[in-house]
Amino acid sequence: MKKIINDVENVEQEMIEGLVKSRSRKLEKLEAGNIVVRKERKQGKVALVSGGGSGHEPAHGGYVGRGMLDAAVAGPVFTSPTPDMVYEGIKAVATDAGVLCIVKNYTGDVMNFEMAVDMAKDDDIKADYVVVNDDVAVEDSSFTTGRRGVAGTILVHKIAGARAEEGGTLEEVKAVAEKVIANVRTMGMAIKPCTVPAAGKPGFELPEDEMEIGIGIHGEPGTHREKLQKANEIAKQLLDKILADIDYSGKEVAVIVNGMGATPLMELYIVNNFVQDYLKEKNVRVYDTMVGNYMTSIEMAGFSLTLLRLDDELKRLYDAPADTAAIHR
Amino acid sequence: MIDNKKFVAIVQATAKRIEDEKDFLTELDNAIGDGDHGINLARGFAAVEKKLPELAEKDLGAILKGIGMALVSNVGGASGPLYGTAYMKAGAALKGKTEMTPEDFAAAFDAAIGGVQMRGKAHEGEKTMLDAQMPACKAYKEALAAGKDMKAAVHEAVEAARKGVEYTKTILATKGRASYLGERSIGHQDPGATSSLMILEEFEKAL
Repeated sequence: MKKIINDVENVEQEMIEGLVKSRSRKLEKLEAGNIVVRKERKQGKVALVSGGGSGHEPAHGGYVGRGMLDAAVAGPVFTSPTPDMVYEGIKAVATDAGVLCIVKNYTGDVMNFEMAVDMAKDDDIKADYVVVNDDVAVEDSSFTTGRRGVAGTILVHKIAGARAEEGGTLEEVKAVAEKVIANVRTMGMAIKPCTVPAAGKPGFELPEDEMEIGIGIHGEPGTHREKLQKANEIAKQLLDKILADIDYSGKEVAVIVNGMGATPLMELYIVNNFVQDYLKEKNVRVYDTMVGNYMTSIEMAGFSLTLLRLDDELKRLYDAPADTAAIHR
Repeated sequence: MIDNKKFVAIVQATAKRIEDEKDFLTELDNAIGDGDHGINLARGFAAVEKKLPELAEKDLGAILKGIGMALVSNVGGASGPLYGTAYMKAGAALKGKTEMTPEDFAAAFDAAIGGVQMRGKAHEGEKTMLDAQMPACKAYKEALAAGKDMKAAVHEAVEAARKGVEYTKTILATKGRASYLGERSIGHQDPGATSSLMILEEFEKAL
């Protein structure tokens, strides 16, 4: 294992402290654990709390700030934070307007956040949660835990965050979060696996000429493996799966071309070059595109594509101001 | 009969076993999950071990509850809430008791499984820890009903759990992260079922 770290045990804490120090006027870390919170919080505003395992940087601490999250709780690498930690985050930012947790659909995350929301309710905090499940690689059937929550989660942070900032009630913020979830789809792939620091070796092995299709964001294998193809063919395969899932034809969309951590921007732009042309060909109108590392899997090489179907409300909230480490509007 | 002193010794042995098998459990999880089961569980049981001195003098219910709380707040992932809930529910079943009879163990085991089912919304046959736990509990209760003593009954439970782990190799995962692999989950044994077997094996060794 070759990594620029100090001690394996301190990876998460040093990462969170480094993030907070990079925006020390706007962010702080709670004493209780690896929890990033906004320094300035509005009373009467619904507070947004997200989090999950570490290793997805800039998610989720990089999305804490005006117009997006109020708190992000970081667990160990690829491991959900525990209920007591999530609860500390909820408690620190809770207002009378309530708290909405944004959870990615992974068994561990859902269980731990559910327990934390129960703890908050026991202490008379108005708390609720939404579960993001944008990954079309896996079938949403009774034979799986349901679709995973991946890069589309960022758009839930952005849009629900904007709705909370403009004064929406807990019910309204939750409703718009659910609307994003209903309209956002993602699919990803990898050409190189990643190594969890504490494990010391890659989560799977991939021969030089093969790629893994349908990966999640935890270094886990995808749905299948095939021979590596050209960028355009890979992007087409991912887009076709997304476009087949819900009807985007004639609609306006926001696009994320998301790097998994070790993908050069050069390659992401090459992918985007095709994505834009192909969407036009499919009569999908691109409103805006984000290209970069938004939801990563440590140093995995690969990318995911996300499409969010927009309406006027979602467009307004997508464009609303945001001031976070990873997204500025 | 198991008193709290003996039970604490069992938990210490369990913590050591999980630490020793950390890499093996992680390897199993790498194949079908996200490769952290061993690391997480070892971190949790290390926290349990640290907490044992302050729990040791309490009744079995309180000890089990304390273990459950330590697991919930230190393991993370899905196994934290699952094992944590299991120990806490077992603790509730043994509230106030300083000794565990063979029947008490059956009641605690049942309560623990109920907790896992509730938290994980899972059933037997979905390639989870329940596939070791449920046949083990059934075998234990049948052995008691057939007049066997606790040691012999726990032996039956361990054998059933071992078969359960083998069975997980043959079935499709429909819960947890392994479910995303579809057919590719077949052939691999479930890490959670495996750690459950280890916990039972340490229990048997202590009797």
